[in-house]
Amino acid sequence: MYVEFALQHAWLVPLLPALAFVAIVFLTRPWQMLSAILAVGSMASSCVIATLAAYGIFTNHEYVEKPLVYATRWFSLGMPAMPDLQINVGVQLDPVSAMMMVMVSFISTFIFLYSIGYMNGEDGFSVFFSYLSLFGASMLLLVISSNLLQMFVAWELVGLCSYLLIGFYTHKISAREAAKKAFVTCRIADFGLLLGILSLQIVFGTLNLTELGEKIAHFEDYTTFGILTMIAVLVFMGPIAKSGQFPLHVWLPDAMEGPTPVSALIHAATMVVAGVYLVGRTMFLFHEVPSAMELVAVTGAFTALFAATIAITQREIKKILAYSTVSQLGYMMLALGVGSLTASMFHMWTHAFFKALMFLGAGSVLVALHHKADVWEMGGLVKKMPITAWTFVIGGLAIAGIPPFAGFWSKDEILVATLAEGHYVLFAMAAFTAFLTAFYMWRMIFLAFFGKENPANHPKESPWTMTVPLLVLAVGAIGAGWLGTPWHNVWAEWIYFGSPHHAAANYGAMMLSVVLAVAGIGLAYTMYLKDTEKVKAKAMAEKYSTAYRVLVNKYYIDELYLWFNHALVDGAAKIFYLFDIYIVDGIVNGIGASAKVTGEGLRVFQTGRLQNYVLIFFIGVLIVAVLMAFVGPSNAVPVMGGVK
Amino acid sequence: MPADMFALTLPFDPSALTLEMLMAGLAMLVLILGIIVPKGARHGLGWVSLLGILGIMAVAVSLWGEKRELLNGMYLLDNYALFWKITFMTAAALVILGCMRFVDNMGNQAEYYSLTLFATLGMMVMASAGDFITFYLGLELMTLSFVILVCFRKTDAKSVEAGIKYLLLAGMSSAVLLYGLTLIYGLTGSITILEIGRIIAMQPLSPALVLAVVLVIAGLGFKVSAVPFHMWSPDVYEGAPTPVTAYLAVGSKAASFAIILRLFVSGLPGIWENWAMVMAILAAVTIIVGNLVAIPQTNIKRMLAYSSIAQAGYILVGLVTATEAGIKGVMFYCFLYVFATMAAFVVATYYYNVSGSDELRDYAGLAQRSPLLAAVMLVALLSMAGIPPLAGFAGKFYLFSSIVGDFLWLVFVGLIMSMVSVYYYLRVALVMYRDDPVDATPISVSSPVAVTLVFATIATLVIGICPGPLSEVVNGAAHTFFLH
Repeated sequence: MYVEFALQHAWLVPLLPALAFVAIVFLTRPWQMLSAILAVGSMASSCVIATLAAYGIFTNHEYVEKPLVYATRWFSLGMPAMPDLQINVGVQLDPVSAMMMVMVSFISTFIFLYSIGYMNGEDGFSVFFSYLSLFGASMLLLVISSNLLQMFVAWELVGLCSYLLIGFYTHKISAREAAKKAFVTCRIADFGLLLGILSLQIVFGTLNLTELGEKIAHFEDYTTFGILTMIAVLVFMGPIAKSGQFPLHVWLPDAMEGPTPVSALIHAATMVVAGVYLVGRTMFLFHEVPSAMELVAVTGAFTALFAATIAITQREIKKILAYSTVSQLGYMMLALGVGSLTASMFHMWTHAFFKALMFLGAGSVLVALHHKADVWEMGGLVKKMPITAWTFVIGGLAIAGIPPFAGFWSKDEILVATLAEGHYVLFAMAAFTAFLTAFYMWRMIFLAFFGKENPANHPKESPWTMTVPLLVLAVGAIGAGWLGTPWHNVWAEWIYFGSPHHAAANYGAMMLSVVLAVAGIGLAYTMYLKDTEKVKAKAMAEKYSTAYRVLVNKYYIDELYLWFNHALVDGAAKIFYLFDIYIVDGIVNGIGASAKVTGEGLRVFQTGRLQNYVLIFFIGVLIVAVLMAFVGPSNAVPVMGGVK
Repeated sequence: MPADMFALTLPFDPSALTLEMLMAGLAMLVLILGIIVPKGARHGLGWVSLLGILGIMAVAVSLWGEKRELLNGMYLLDNYALFWKITFMTAAALVILGCMRFVDNMGNQAEYYSLTLFATLGMMVMASAGDFITFYLGLELMTLSFVILVCFRKTDAKSVEAGIKYLLLAGMSSAVLLYGLTLIYGLTGSITILEIGRIIAMQPLSPALVLAVVLVIAGLGFKVSAVPFHMWSPDVYEGAPTPVTAYLAVGSKAASFAIILRLFVSGLPGIWENWAMVMAILAAVTIIVGNLVAIPQTNIKRMLAYSSIAQAGYILVGLVTATEAGIKGVMFYCFLYVFATMAAFVVATYYYNVSGSDELRDYAGLAQRSPLLAAVMLVALLSMAGIPPLAGFAGKFYLFSSIVGDFLWLVFVGLIMSMVSVYYYLRVALVMYRDDPVDATPISVSSPVAVTLVFATIATLVIGICPGPLSEVVNGAAHTFFLH
């Protein structure tokens, strides 16, 4: 009964946090704890409903092919150019959205809880929770959208929340700059996405996901096939920015300026995977366009490798995690590009747990060390902060891909899928990235938690509101991957595109990925833990100083963009500015001034003398008579006595 | 026997005149009560008038859907006329409720209220007029009542001057109008508007008819203060007591539009293509001059006077095409115009009571002294400027959407001048909200005024956000217009 209720009222899932947002903003803002409880409570309720609905989906055998859609008319317009423009809003429940809904609400609940401890005593505590609730609402709306326009609205809303939360410390200039950068970067790409969505409406006359899926599958108009490619590329632009793919990944590392729970929730576990989710949802489109699939796969693989190389040299704990997020998102894109929705969503699922875990662990460390972020200045934290340290180690094992931790299964699935599609180069890139991932992650772990203690630090373990979420997420980081073992792949039976399939256990690939992970950890161990003075590491950095500098400076991509901005955008802006000042303002002010002058001029007639008024009245009569005689079609004829 | 014959030739159904008879009775009752009741109790006359109007409005609503013709089309009772009557009575009710204290300060309440009611009666007669005699009767009843009302503050030189100006100029315009009507009668041999319409459609156009139409346009253009026949209105609006100004700006204008529509759309459709362009040019010039001259004004009543000239220009736009859509636009706009204008003028009246000034600069910091007055003024002005989601936007939308083909340039003029108008409307807002008051004592708003203001503001908002229901009603009323 509860399950039935949850299935039919899945719209409550985004609505509850939205109500919490409204309530906090208008009612409970002065009472901090009440606001926080409201936010956590509403998200927890959403989580319960989402879980029940997901249970219903899996027990009722709703497959991806026939999703449960509850939709209603949002608005319709009758226009000559677009007959019957009709936009629906609704809820689309299928295994993919159910999984995502559970993941988002579950992780959100624990991160909200964690935020109570983390944000304790900060200014704008209630405001922070109102933003978090708005984010939760928007993200869940995005997940269950049955219509692309609805999805786009939610997509922009999460972008807005991301902007608000990155710039939450408004007193920090770097935070404001980062927020702006995130917003602008995403907006540029969203413009492409919007164009793509509009094109879909124009070509197919609908934006409902299910209808679009059917129409595109039977799209046989090969003369306009280019249009489909164009649409796919345009739609893919949105995910490139949102999910931090090269070359629009630049905002994501900077977004770490926000409070750590935000980094964990938005910039690791949920919002950034929205791009992956969108591509997953519109798989029917990409599937029809092989070149677009290639694009997705290559972008993903390249981003994975590219971000991993940068992560090797970074020093700030959250920056390293940010680049690892970019890299892992690259994996997910790669999986989509090789056509395996299963592997992509699976990795998204496991990644959410272990990456949220690691971010929260980093937050715990930052609170203990009073926001000292450089891993080189940490060390030996394991003794004072055992829970944080060991849960972090679990996260590290998961992301490195050590069985039986979650990351191993999902990464293996991606590698096997890539190999099965015959993309050997991409496979090599992905495998090498796996090695790098293990290396940089464990470099960070060894530097921060093990080795010599730094006497300047006086860390102590965080309160329960922070450690409980760590423990819960650690359980997820261990066990979330067991759903999709190669021997009994429950995951692949539910979440797939086209027909359910998964490769048989490929022991070769499995061996390879374990060997690479162990090798990465081993290398990190010899360089950063065994070698207490880090001689080798320093020697390496000196020996390959050019490469090292390129990596530390993130391939100078930011500098490139900055140069581009200065040279082109600012230059163009200067020209437009002058145009605006002299031409546009000139015209506007001119109209204003002339209106004023004319007004003053006309005022002269208002003498107050009756005789003048009568005179003007009769002049008016004369003018109207003349007008009558000449402007009408045939008045002049009778008035002039027929003279032509 | 002779009585029977009379009945045969002139079928007379007095029940069609119920509303007018009630209104005349109410006006006389108030006048008589003024003599009977002691001076101290005369402030109650406003309530009597108000309740009477509301009662007559209820009767008018109950008559909705009736369709009668009296004396061979001399007097018409249909939804069109009823809609206008309800509009006038709404305006009268608002002006009475909103300005009671002002009237009490002036004294002579009985005469004031009864004249207001007689003016309303005149308007109601105009809305039902089917021939020239009825029309002229209503017009003069209304105008003469207003003349007295305008110079009601006998000790105030400005008020008296305004009254004299209005009397002389209105007399002149009536003469011109009458001359035009006489010419039409001479050319067609009929004074019934519908009959004239039929005859003119069959006749070739003659120079005399052109002249007649010119004179009628001038005479009625005076009433709606269309440029270049508008010269009287700023002076009269400024000099008259503010409630009178309000009622003059709303009621007399709306009544004149009611008869203009009848005359031009029912009586002169045969020569539509001859007068349409003239109307369009008049509308454009009125919009332009009204808005431009409003800019340099420093007195709020003068500014509102010019703004009301501009509004008349917008309403004329609906007349140009002489279609159902245009008539609908005119009626819709006049109805919502009641609320915005009344709200603005009631604020001006109330503020005059407090500060004794109508100068714009004395409105500085009104928002701090009375948030209600400032907010109501702001909404009213923004509605007049046509900012969505307020009623003025919907009204302008309906007016301009009736425009097609050759007259599209008119839409452009309206658009540009609407932008210009935002400038002087927002200047008031700026003074009210940005500047600091000289005297910061809060103004308490008495409850009848507050009710008036809140009601008018809510109406402006509701009509703006949800124009559908009113637009349906107006559609029905505009439709009956063509059924005679």
